[in-house]
Amino acid sequence: MAKPTLSPCDSCPVASVSRLERLGMKLSHADFVVALAGNPNTGKSTIFNALTGLRQHTGNWPGKTIARAEGAFSLDGKRYRLVDLPGTYSLLSATDDEEVARDFILFGRPDVTVVVLDATRIERNLNLALQVLQITNRAIICVNLIDEAKAHGITVDERGLARDLGVPVVPAAARSGQGVQELVREIADMANGTTVCTPRRLKYEVPGLREAMDEIAASLEAVYPNVPHRDWIAMRLLEGDPRIAEAVASGTLGNLEDDHAAS
Amino acid sequence: MPPAEPTARWKGQDILDQVERLRLELPPGVRDRWVEDIYAESARIASRNVDQQGASQRLSWERRLDWFLTNRWTGFPTMILMLAVVLWITIEGANVPSGWLATLLLDKGHPLLKDLAVWLHMPWWLSGVLVDGLYLTTAWVISVMLPPMAIFFPLFTLLEDFGYLPRVAFNLDNLFHRVGAHGKQALTMSMGWGCNAAGVVATRVIDSPRERLIAIITNNFALCNGRWPTQILIAVVFLGALAPPALAGVVAAGSVLAVALLGVALTFVSSWMLSRSVLKGEASTFSLELPPYRPPQLLRTLYTSLIDRTLIVLWRAVVFAAPAGVVLWTICNLKLGDSSIAEGLIGALDPLGWVIGLNGVILVAYIVAIPANEIVIPTILMLTVMVTGVSGVGEQGAGVMFETSTNSALATLLHGGGWTTLTAVCLMLFSLCHNPCSTTIYTIWKETKSARWTAVATFMPIAFGIVICGAVALVWRWLAG
Repeated sequence: MAKPTLSPCDSCPVASVSRLERLGMKLSHADFVVALAGNPNTGKSTIFNALTGLRQHTGNWPGKTIARAEGAFSLDGKRYRLVDLPGTYSLLSATDDEEVARDFILFGRPDVTVVVLDATRIERNLNLALQVLQITNRAIICVNLIDEAKAHGITVDERGLARDLGVPVVPAAARSGQGVQELVREIADMANGTTVCTPRRLKYEVPGLREAMDEIAASLEAVYPNVPHRDWIAMRLLEGDPRIAEAVASGTLGNLEDDHAAS
Repeated sequence: MPPAEPTARWKGQDILDQVERLRLELPPGVRDRWVEDIYAESARIASRNVDQQGASQRLSWERRLDWFLTNRWTGFPTMILMLAVVLWITIEGANVPSGWLATLLLDKGHPLLKDLAVWLHMPWWLSGVLVDGLYLTTAWVISVMLPPMAIFFPLFTLLEDFGYLPRVAFNLDNLFHRVGAHGKQALTMSMGWGCNAAGVVATRVIDSPRERLIAIITNNFALCNGRWPTQILIAVVFLGALAPPALAGVVAAGSVLAVALLGVALTFVSSWMLSRSVLKGEASTFSLELPPYRPPQLLRTLYTSLIDRTLIVLWRAVVFAAPAGVVLWTICNLKLGDSSIAEGLIGALDPLGWVIGLNGVILVAYIVAIPANEIVIPTILMLTVMVTGVSGVGEQGAGVMFETSTNSALATLLHGGGWTTLTAVCLMLFSLCHNPCSTTIYTIWKETKSARWTAVATFMPIAFGIVICGAVALVWRWLAG
């Protein structure tokens, strides 16, 4: 189908947001699933509310998103289900919060994972971002609270960050709505396959580690052919993560994906 | 012996054996090296792309404020002062709108509905149940609860938005740790100050099941929104009245504050008792990031705390108060032999009530008010009128819940019912220490899935209440001779 006459509005993110429809709790028939991850208190819930039009309680203290919250929005005729995950510092340790977040990113197979960073604490927040990039190609970094960073005299080079991480980076101040439009645009582009990324992956530099992981991953494939992220599971097993070991031994690993299946 | 090559017949356990074998071949500390790699990479990327210009004015300001708010010497007094100011504003500010609502709903609305019932030729029992029971209870709950909530919740939310709650948690963490509980219990306790059911749900942030149970069981000692009005009303009528008029507000706020702080102290005591007996164990550590202070968004805070918290809690109160009003009217008007059911109950509970400084009326009110703490005071008033047969205060007659036009009329009525300052003090204490409301009990059951722990959470506070009120009554009467 030939495109009708191109007006500047077609490519402008502002215009596209005017077509953004906040669907609140209307979760059915989602075309795409978007996960919202980040450290505690980086404003995930504020972004969630800005996108879905819901008024999930936000508070200036960590840990108030207890389980995952879900909402929806629609753009250009496509419906997106947005999942607000509990704030976590990493995907490596195993508190309940972190397990909810990590299981969803790994086995819920979101079409896009948005990692929200606090612009005033980039270095610490990057730990989680790097871990997420380790397991998915379809991630967007949202550098939130840039207004606050500015007040602190901090400037973040978003282009440099995007270059180094290999994924789109959107600066935002979600409390005042700044950057929300651009974020929606990036989510849509990535979900529709317009943006394709090769994120930065850390190499496993310990001698022999790569080979050991490959061997375990092969075994995992034989026993659980449908389970994704076998490299990551292999790494966790070698580290001695008791919950993952339990899931492998009891066979519940094969069910994880069903538990988190995006309806 | 598992086969060397993985096949489809392999089981999960075979993989774990393989992992064990491979791990031995790897250098030690794989995990640590991997985490170090991630941190080093984060530092590299951040140093390339983040630029800090000079020392931030705001940062040093925040550091100073943090120092002040979490300091050993200034942190605790500031916390208590903040709570006192919030309470004082609530007490002083709620009076006037509360009066307006009472005039509108009770003085004007009730006679109007009465006339309407007569005009419709309603039978006396139907108009009794609907207008005198259901409507009056509901109207009372609205006029007494709405104004304090509409002030208290936004104030609390503003502090929360500003970032004060994590500082409170930080201050209290050491104490909670010492009694063997989790530091995050400070947050669930603060939630309990709004609503215990919400506080119980909020304990999900605590990972350890042991510490989570402690937080659930002790949450009831956080004075909930249904009990603030009782505290405030009794404090104003009985304790504020003891002071010169100029100081009445301060004295009332001070005594409510004392009860709230006693609740905090009891939270620590009961947590300590639990973690030393049935829920033994070491406190687990947790890291709490003190978030930066953020200017609260005034209008949005007002909006969300009014809609999300005030109206929802109020709706719950109304839903429970309405049927309770029907029950009340019924037990007051149904006769068993010579006396009504309510009179019989009051007579039976009077001796126990006397021992703990209360009376039968109050105990019956607490039984009727299990669904919602909010209706304790209205129930007490209605029962008192019926027992004492006082007339002229409430024109509607015995067995009807009513609003006394001024606090002093309320005092006259309650004095007529045999109330003393001791009764008021014990009622405030008992209101702090009694069973949670039915919603909270149900929530506890849902969260713990254990009848035993639900029972503990329900009856432990009553035991505390009986012991404390009994002790106070004993000492009081001994001192009074």
